[in-house]
Amino acid sequence: MLERVRAWLDERVAWNQIAEFLSHKTVPLHRYSYWYFLGGITLFLFGVQVVTGMLLLLYYRPTSNEAFESVQYIMTQVQFGWLVRSIHSWSANLMVFTAIAHMFSVLFLRAYRKPRELTWISGMVLLFLVMGFGFSGYLLPWNTLAFFATKVGTDMVGQMPLVGHKLMIFLRGGEEVSGATLTRFFGFHVALLPGITTLLVAVHLALVQRQGISVPPAIEAEWKASPAARRDMPFFPNFFLREMIAWYVALGVLGALAALAPWELGTKADPFASAPAGIKPEWYFLFMFQTLKLIPAKMWFLDGELVGLAAFGSAGLLWTLLPFFDREGARFGRKWIVGAGIFALAYMSVMTVYAYWAK
Amino acid sequence: MSPEGSEGGNQSLPRRAFVRTLLGSGFLGSLLSFFYPVARYLLPPPTSESSSDEVVAGTVGELKNNTGKIFRFGSKPGLLVRTSDGSYRALSATCTHLDCTVQYRGELQRVWCACHNGMYDLEGRNLSGPPPRPLQPYEVHVRGDEIVVTRSRRS
Repeated sequence: MLERVRAWLDERVAWNQIAEFLSHKTVPLHRYSYWYFLGGITLFLFGVQVVTGMLLLLYYRPTSNEAFESVQYIMTQVQFGWLVRSIHSWSANLMVFTAIAHMFSVLFLRAYRKPRELTWISGMVLLFLVMGFGFSGYLLPWNTLAFFATKVGTDMVGQMPLVGHKLMIFLRGGEEVSGATLTRFFGFHVALLPGITTLLVAVHLALVQRQGISVPPAIEAEWKASPAARRDMPFFPNFFLREMIAWYVALGVLGALAALAPWELGTKADPFASAPAGIKPEWYFLFMFQTLKLIPAKMWFLDGELVGLAAFGSAGLLWTLLPFFDREGARFGRKWIVGAGIFALAYMSVMTVYAYWAK
Repeated sequence: MSPEGSEGGNQSLPRRAFVRTLLGSGFLGSLLSFFYPVARYLLPPPTSESSSDEVVAGTVGELKNNTGKIFRFGSKPGLLVRTSDGSYRALSATCTHLDCTVQYRGELQRVWCACHNGMYDLEGRNLSGPPPRPLQPYEVHVRGDEIVVTRSRRS
């Protein structure tokens, strides 16, 4: 029976060719191989987001009058609604974490080098998209924290020179954060961003497929010195099964986190209430938040806020273009890049911890 | 299944089968535990339907002779008709064919469903078209200025 299905498929889509190709696909095996799992886990968490997001859409209502109440309804009335929403929130946060970790692992293993520049760029854009998901999704429960986070975040955009104000109006759907903003953010979160992200994930994976998995230069050198040391593992089933175990564990972690620490809902947003003391953005925006808090209002003749935003903006852009600085014989070679990576990681960690402790 | 007796080199199959069954059933069990909450989540919690069997469908003088109107009966629509001789009739307004809401056609003196041309008489009996069952008739009482519709509770 199975054999006949296989033959049927083979006649139509050359199934055996695909199977043949898969059977030859290998993954390099060395002491850094574990880092190869991070991208896959991020992909899995994205899948979890898609599934739980679709489930939440069954009950969520994207209007300022009903959003908070509908999430409350999901958390208290719908069977296992608390589980679905908590998994969505936890998975979102873990996904940001694994995406950042994946980015740094690629950086330190220098997998971004020629010919993989486009893979790196698509990955960086995906990372920005993930942050966009985080920012837009955060508003949807329409609670106090989300309301002020969105006010602050969109106000920052408004500070950009020339186009800032127009862009802010576009994001908010008006001068103020209101029900119109909620409707827009909902659209971004469930239609625009998922569409672009799915496409870009496909491109990202196709590039990885096309170019094969990168071997770190240090390992490459070792293998060149003694060719007998070269090892790899068949992708199917060996690596695939290990990846499945990683996904299974990730799902277990998600379930445990959701059950032990269900996501809070907070209080309903009131546009005419003061911001509560100790209000902070999500952890992955904390390092920027803390920096902006530390910058003085005026730096020389420039607006301090603007200087900070410009610095982060250009840092993000340079980071995206990173592969082009690591060319053979380039003046800013690998030492600079690894140094920049360590500095960025240290800066982000220190500022994040600082923001947690700071008043 | 027993793992014993598998010490011999050529008798290793039962042990392997044992491990396979153990892992397989554990895996299947965990899958069930993932899908069970999702299945429960898909079905919405029951809404508290108004349990009242009585509703004010309108006021006297609101309807002209030979006209009808839709009123709310809990979460479902009802049809109140004032016949050409001035008496009141009330029926469930949900067509028994495919859930559309029916209307009163004065020129035919019939209850009509626009979706698939179903026709009922004023007793709710299905006369022509696809409806398989009659519409449930309600009792109507005029109480002072109000027209009160009552449904008999079916056990």
